[in-house]
Amino acid sequence: MNSAPALLPARRPDLEAIARWVKPQSRVLDLGCGDGTLLRHLWETRAVHGYGIEIDDAKVLACVQNDVNVLQMNLESGLSAFKDASFDYVILSQTLQAVRHTESILREMLRVGREVIVSFPNFGHWNARLQVLAGRMPVSTSLPYVWYDTPNIHLCTLDDFESLAKTLGVRIGERLVLHDGKAVHMLPNLRGSLVVYRMSTH
Amino acid sequence: MNTVLLPQDSVGVVSEQRAQFDVPLHLSSGGVLPRFELAYETYGTLNAARSNAVLVPHALNASHHVAGVYAHTPQNVGWWDNMVGPGKPLDTRRFFVIGVNNLGGCHGSTGPISMHPSSGQPWGGDFPVVTVEDWVAAQARLADFLGIDCFAAVMGGSLGAMQALQWTLSFPQRVRHALVIAATPQLSAQNIAFNEVARQAIVTDPDFHGGHYYAHGVVPRRGLRLARMIGHITYLSDDAMMEKFGRVLRRGTPGYDFDIDFEVESYLRHQGDKFAGVFDANTYLRITKALDYFDPAAAHGGDLTAALAPSRANFFVASFTSDWRFAPSRSREIVRALLDNRRAVSYLEIDAPHGHDAFLMDDPRYLGAVRAYFENIAL
Repeated sequence: MNSAPALLPARRPDLEAIARWVKPQSRVLDLGCGDGTLLRHLWETRAVHGYGIEIDDAKVLACVQNDVNVLQMNLESGLSAFKDASFDYVILSQTLQAVRHTESILREMLRVGREVIVSFPNFGHWNARLQVLAGRMPVSTSLPYVWYDTPNIHLCTLDDFESLAKTLGVRIGERLVLHDGKAVHMLPNLRGSLVVYRMSTH
Repeated sequence: MNTVLLPQDSVGVVSEQRAQFDVPLHLSSGGVLPRFELAYETYGTLNAARSNAVLVPHALNASHHVAGVYAHTPQNVGWWDNMVGPGKPLDTRRFFVIGVNNLGGCHGSTGPISMHPSSGQPWGGDFPVVTVEDWVAAQARLADFLGIDCFAAVMGGSLGAMQALQWTLSFPQRVRHALVIAATPQLSAQNIAFNEVARQAIVTDPDFHGGHYYAHGVVPRRGLRLARMIGHITYLSDDAMMEKFGRVLRRGTPGYDFDIDFEVESYLRHQGDKFAGVFDANTYLRITKALDYFDPAAAHGGDLTAALAPSRANFFVASFTSDWRFAPSRSREIVRALLDNRRAVSYLEIDAPHGHDAFLMDDPRYLGAVRAYFENIAL
């Protein structure tokens, strides 16, 4: 095992925010955990007890290599393996826009976690709006896929998401809007390209 | 003398060892074995801290011969040789690996073909029915004998996985990691049904003689052959069988008789014949019973979470999508109970076509993950 803590990739500024919010020694479930970098980082810097869920064979192997607990399961079939409120945090980083049953996954996350942390690219960013106005589907750093070859099926804006959160009876505890890795405070739905929420049902 | 050329990553020529235990072993059935012997093999070297030992219990029809070859029978390669060896997923340059023949077995450990201590005759049908718990208790005696307080890991597939799981319950302080592969927390009614057909094939063979066939100078070959044939069907997936044999006719055209028509018939007969020549029917009966009885949740009102509460190990659980004998849903039951108990666990569900036998195959995803898991075990 390497002695240096796992570095979070510079391309993923949302992970920094997520890591800051997670309290030491808490229990974390990371949905769509990729190669397990976030979990490893949280374990090394905050001694969290974490599990990741991942479906892709190569990423699951990378998680085992990273010495993080990984469960090869399909997110879309729910979190039935997990008891109510069995985690302090359930994390879904930059995956919300790619899931089919968005609402039911959010409900499941809120059932299993005391807090839910979600990040996604903001479709309301001015650059995306301009491209749509120009008559094209947007392609940018935060939305890097062309329309015919993209995992993203449920893109939304900050306002869209917050309206869904209201429907689900969710209290938004904290929101961090980012662009180029820096926090955006003014006109977030226009100037932010990436957003991270911390939410709970109480 | 013939020189045997072995691959670089083989543990090479190995030899069987025996350990004798004279303290009576109390069995789940209430019976007692006054003394017993275990046949085992080891590969690699036990380190000074005695922290690198890995126990590999075997499944239904295997033995303590996990890896390598015997000098006198170089074609007899260990049953998990693709897993265990220098540079292999369970790397014998780093770990000290132990294979052990189960109590009641027919490959050297005390079993039905052994002499009864008082009668001077083979135990035969009088050998007690043993359970997974009994096997683990016997293996713990072997660990004591070898000076191993705590295993770095216990790893098994199928029935071997049940033993790995049982180790974490019987001796939670003596296992740091458990690799539980192609497992189930208990047999289903269908699993038991297949086992019962196999047992009926044996006990209704006219040569069975209530298990005392040695005294009659016969073996219930026909029964054991059928038992193996039915077992074999459950180890393979429908797709794997179809791919391997299809509907190929052995004689090119239908025979309109009851000789071998289809290739799969030939295969099953061959497997049955081969097995009946080397395996003991009394052992087969007892191993299938051990499978049937394994059910750690039973003592907890069916609550597997409560049953796994004593475990302290970290777990690696793997299942194979085409395994209909112990389907992935059964492994997920184990994972769920481990999660409820907040145990460290990784779970792989490998999309492999081979059925239950996939745990013995060369699948790079599976072998790669086992390798990675072992590499992260601190010594």
